[in-house]
Amino acid sequence: MMIFNNILIYFVIIPLLTLAGLAFCTNAGRGIRAIRAVAVTGATALVALAAYLVYVFLQTRAAGVADEMILRSDVMWYAPLNIKLALGVDGVSVVMIVLSAIIVFAGVFASWKMSPLPKQFFLWFFLLSTGVFGFFISIDLFTMFMFYEVALIPMYLLIGVWGSGNKNYSAMKLTLMLMGGSALLMLGIIGIYFHSAPEGSPLTMNILEIAHADAIPHEWQMYLFPLTFVGFGVLGAMFPFHTWSPDGHASAPTAVSMLHAGVLMKLGGYGCFRIAIFLMPFAANQLAWVFLTLTGISVVYGAFSACVQTDLKYINAYSSVSHCGMVLFAILMFNTTAMTGAVLQMLSHGLMTALFFALIGMIYGRTHTRDIQKMGGLMQIMPYLGVGYVIAGMASLGLPGLSGFVAEMTIFVGSFMHEDLFRRVLTIVGTSSIVITAVYILRVVGKLLFGPVIDEHHRSLTDATWEEKLSTGTLIVCVAAIGCFPNFFVNIISSSFEPVVQALMNN
Amino acid sequence: MELTVLMYLLPALVMFGCGVYGFLTRKNMIAIMISLELMLNAVDINFVVFNRYLFPGQLEGMFFTLFAIAIAAAETALALAIIINVYRVARNVDIDDVSKLKF
Amino acid sequence: MPFSLSIAVVALPLLMFLVLGLLDDRLGRRAAGVLGTLSMLVVTVMAYGVSLTYFFGTGQGQIIDGVRQTVTVWNPVWLSFTDTLVVRMGVAIDPIAAMMLIVITTVSLMVHLYSLGYMSNHEGEPEKGYQRYYAFLGLFTFSMLGLVVATNLFQIFIFFEMVGVSSYLLIGFYYHLPAAVHASKKAFIVTRLADLFFLLGIMIMSFYTGTFDFDALVGTGGAAAHTALGTAHTALGTAHGATFMGLSVMGWALTFIFIGGAGKSAMYPLHIWLPDAMEGPTPVSALIHAATMVVAGVYLVAKLFPLYVIEQGAMDIIAVTGAFTAFYAAAVACVQSDIKRALAFSTISQIAFMMTSLAVSSASGELIEIHGDYGLGYMASMFHLFTHAMFKALLFLCAGAIIHAVGSNENSMMHGLHKHMPITSIAFLIGCLAIAGIPPFAGFWSKDEILVACYHKGLGWGLWMSMVAGLTAFYMFRTYLLIFFWSEHKQHGHHAPADAPWTMTLPLIILSCISIVAGFVPAHKLVTFDGEPLHTSLDWTVAGSSVAIALIGIGLAFKLYYKENDAPARMKAAATGLWTAAYKRFYMDELYQFITHKIIFQCVSKPIAWFDRKVIDGAMNLMGTVTQYCASAVRPLQAGKIQGYVMTYLIGALVLAVALIVCVLV
Repeated sequence: MMIFNNILIYFVIIPLLTLAGLAFCTNAGRGIRAIRAVAVTGATALVALAAYLVYVFLQTRAAGVADEMILRSDVMWYAPLNIKLALGVDGVSVVMIVLSAIIVFAGVFASWKMSPLPKQFFLWFFLLSTGVFGFFISIDLFTMFMFYEVALIPMYLLIGVWGSGNKNYSAMKLTLMLMGGSALLMLGIIGIYFHSAPEGSPLTMNILEIAHADAIPHEWQMYLFPLTFVGFGVLGAMFPFHTWSPDGHASAPTAVSMLHAGVLMKLGGYGCFRIAIFLMPFAANQLAWVFLTLTGISVVYGAFSACVQTDLKYINAYSSVSHCGMVLFAILMFNTTAMTGAVLQMLSHGLMTALFFALIGMIYGRTHTRDIQKMGGLMQIMPYLGVGYVIAGMASLGLPGLSGFVAEMTIFVGSFMHEDLFRRVLTIVGTSSIVITAVYILRVVGKLLFGPVIDEHHRSLTDATWEEKLSTGTLIVCVAAIGCFPNFFVNIISSSFEPVVQALMNN
Repeated sequence: MELTVLMYLLPALVMFGCGVYGFLTRKNMIAIMISLELMLNAVDINFVVFNRYLFPGQLEGMFFTLFAIAIAAAETALALAIIINVYRVARNVDIDDVSKLKF
Repeated sequence: MPFSLSIAVVALPLLMFLVLGLLDDRLGRRAAGVLGTLSMLVVTVMAYGVSLTYFFGTGQGQIIDGVRQTVTVWNPVWLSFTDTLVVRMGVAIDPIAAMMLIVITTVSLMVHLYSLGYMSNHEGEPEKGYQRYYAFLGLFTFSMLGLVVATNLFQIFIFFEMVGVSSYLLIGFYYHLPAAVHASKKAFIVTRLADLFFLLGIMIMSFYTGTFDFDALVGTGGAAAHTALGTAHTALGTAHGATFMGLSVMGWALTFIFIGGAGKSAMYPLHIWLPDAMEGPTPVSALIHAATMVVAGVYLVAKLFPLYVIEQGAMDIIAVTGAFTAFYAAAVACVQSDIKRALAFSTISQIAFMMTSLAVSSASGELIEIHGDYGLGYMASMFHLFTHAMFKALLFLCAGAIIHAVGSNENSMMHGLHKHMPITSIAFLIGCLAIAGIPPFAGFWSKDEILVACYHKGLGWGLWMSMVAGLTAFYMFRTYLLIFFWSEHKQHGHHAPADAPWTMTLPLIILSCISIVAGFVPAHKLVTFDGEPLHTSLDWTVAGSSVAIALIGIGLAFKLYYKENDAPARMKAAATGLWTAAYKRFYMDELYQFITHKIIFQCVSKPIAWFDRKVIDGAMNLMGTVTQYCASAVRPLQAGKIQGYVMTYLIGALVLAVALIVCVLV
């Protein structure tokens, strides 16, 4: 079939093959080695494929192909409703795919010693990855939604079975809230579908066709935009729908926290941009102020909340609320610079939060507590993890040379390009979060790593093992790479926003 | 006195009423099952009677009744088996005690 | 020497940071120190080569028509915001950058060398993290060099953050000590707050001017003094007219940028982090918190000097802040008993001198003319920056030697060290004479120029700053005398302190020599804002009076502190309130503590966290609870009671039947 000539489809096929491979493994005895081998092979193949995709993308763009989406292919799935498996990527999706591949790779190593039931864990883990990759490569509303659901459901089991603490409550809360978001989203998608083409033309689910037709009546946009934006906003942890995030992250096992904060929350931002804003520019312009206010609140609110938490994972979860708020905030600024910043922020936040959660998981695995008041002076005991944590912290508070700085600066400078006072004031409020971020990051670093050793039992703990070093090292290198050579990424991303910004300007 | 259709239907109605009453009031599962059988048989009678009076030359009602009797026998066997198993677990055959199965 | 070497000057310390940081324990302690110091020596040689070529050489385009040009060596795009608004990461050399290259590499080399001895043992045990220490020094040196050779405002901001982090890491070098952790955190957060304003300033400015580049903002010189502001005028362009709340938009931008600089340069009220930063190792204080990083703010204002001249409103704010800080810090320094704290306040005061000096160069948007020259204050400020770096580094390194010998920061633990540590004592004395402004020591020449600039701005400015200069002489000699004279300390008999080993003494001697001769550097010919030499000669009225004031200050200090007596105690008793207030630094720390802990944490963060747990989470849980409640309300209907189902069914059927019949009949 023609579709197998498209490399994009392999982003779904590889995880599925990994799933098939895992199905033949057993948990008992030496089976764990086979499980690891299969998981690592799958993850490595994904990283390699992602790297190749970047190469292909750059080659195609260099050859002067100016299509919005490249690597297009369509396969009819269900003709009566005109549902297709439509593939295609632009710069934003390429970057997101690379991010997902890296985090899946790091996640596999972070869950190296996963027990009990490692086989089942990796099965759900790769099913989740399938959903994530599928979401980023498809440009058909139906398939996107389908993959979105595929990515969400395994979360329930991964947290419910392998989680810690109040895991049943958290898993239930997370799943129900995200499902609630999906319900709104589905309404929105159906609504979009029925207005997707002008009178007389066949209806379509293809995003590009819908955007080009621009047939959704303005009054309908006013209903459908909030539905889709909030639907994805729930996953993007937009205030006041963020409350699943702290509990969910706190209970989730390490690799799931990594994948969730690192990739899944990005689905929200990506969806807001790709579906809500791209398809309904009129309503986006009209309603931007509502969501700007909400996301502006998210940014500051998350940061302030993080200041008084004592559980490491809660601190990071609130920090994610703040940083992901920044993503949505920047997307709503409707200019190329801010939107590029938003994608950079997704990339940066994905990597550094994954790094954070990986390190927290490793520290928790040793000290068996996440309460910063019960730990101290860990830098003397586990220097590798300590240095990693400081680097993650510095990335989070925006140290130049690491990814956070580049992303935040692009967002702030882009946001400030608006002349109206409302956006300016919000931008300044958002900018102030860099100080609050510094406060809570340094507070954690000071309490957790520096100062005297609080618990003498901790002195016997060991530093990172090789697979932990590999997992965190990969992420650190990526964070530094973005921070040092941002223009490489900016060039990939920014051209993708031209059509959107154009559409927004016309409305 | 000529036998009218009503004279066949009335006993069937009484039987059915007894069945319903027994089904609703009895706590013993065997008794409930007997009540069920009463209702079934009442219906069977009606089948035969209506067949005889409405379509005298045809036999569908008769056959249907025979089927119903056969199925009722099978069903009774099944129900008794369940009741015996319930008895093994609960040491009685009180219908209220088996509501545990709702979970 | 080719200017392209300056790229290597910046890059080599970064390389050292990576090598030392990644190798860490795999490299021996001694090897790490020697490697770091040697590479710094190479950097210093190259930096001197570049700077001296820039100042005295010809033929590489540094002087055109008698005017010194900015030479841009390297300027690639680092991050593009839009097609036109791009951040470049480059290396450019102009007079102050060349001067700063010398300052930074000299002090850094001295500190590297000094640390070989200083960090070799810590209270009798080998210092842990020797390799880490040298790695951080490399990181700091890289950041600071990157800052001074910046080609645009955003690059300065980037390196502002970088030096902030290096400073954080080095202040917190003894990370197992809570005080050090606290101090490093405070330093980072206070300067971050200032950087927030800096960022806002950059955003406003880039929005209106469409660029970050100094080339476009303030020009490369090349014009006569009056018109050197030409580029700046053009750059401000339309934005010049736009106003917001009474101050022009660019005025706001420049004020914000100044706040950013004020954070790093510890101007009141953002100075509070600097005294605490003394928790770091003393050589670090000498390098970062005396000579280089703390002058970054002054450097920033100097880089944008022409813009500030046009926006007189912002310039006035700088002048007032500087003049006040100079006095405030000097007053606090008079009563400090911790010698590093005293030096820290002295640093604050001296940096304020530089700021004031920059700011008194103009009035009503025009440069003040002094004997046919313009921008004397600018030159004086940069000159003072240079001399101050040298003698203040000297003073700190002396303090380090003393602390190393005595094991305490308190001057009550010292007293009478002159006999035991003669070399250190003389070096400290040279530093004190330099800072007090006694000819021919370095500080005299630069401070004199500053005072001249102040007197030309107005008599009040001149008198105020002269008074502060007198105060400076007083508190420096107070510190000096309390350390080296006053009385013989009892404990010194048993455990006699002595001069430090050569690695520590050599930098003291070198810096002493520099402090003596640095004043004769012809700064007015080399370091001017428009690249044209000034023609100033010494103004003997100002010079004479300032020396007289300094001598009065010194005399007073000798009267009070040379020999043990009860005069200081009586003075303290006579003005207890004032003394305590000054000792407590006029309660600025308490005020900050109150704002951060009581207001930010208790009144903002806690309620928000509560709101999140109770209201938002509560709303979600409420939805869950309501659902469960409804479920349990309807659950009995499905309780598995077969007979109940049948009853319901029956009644339902009957009702339907009746309804049907009624319908049919009616």
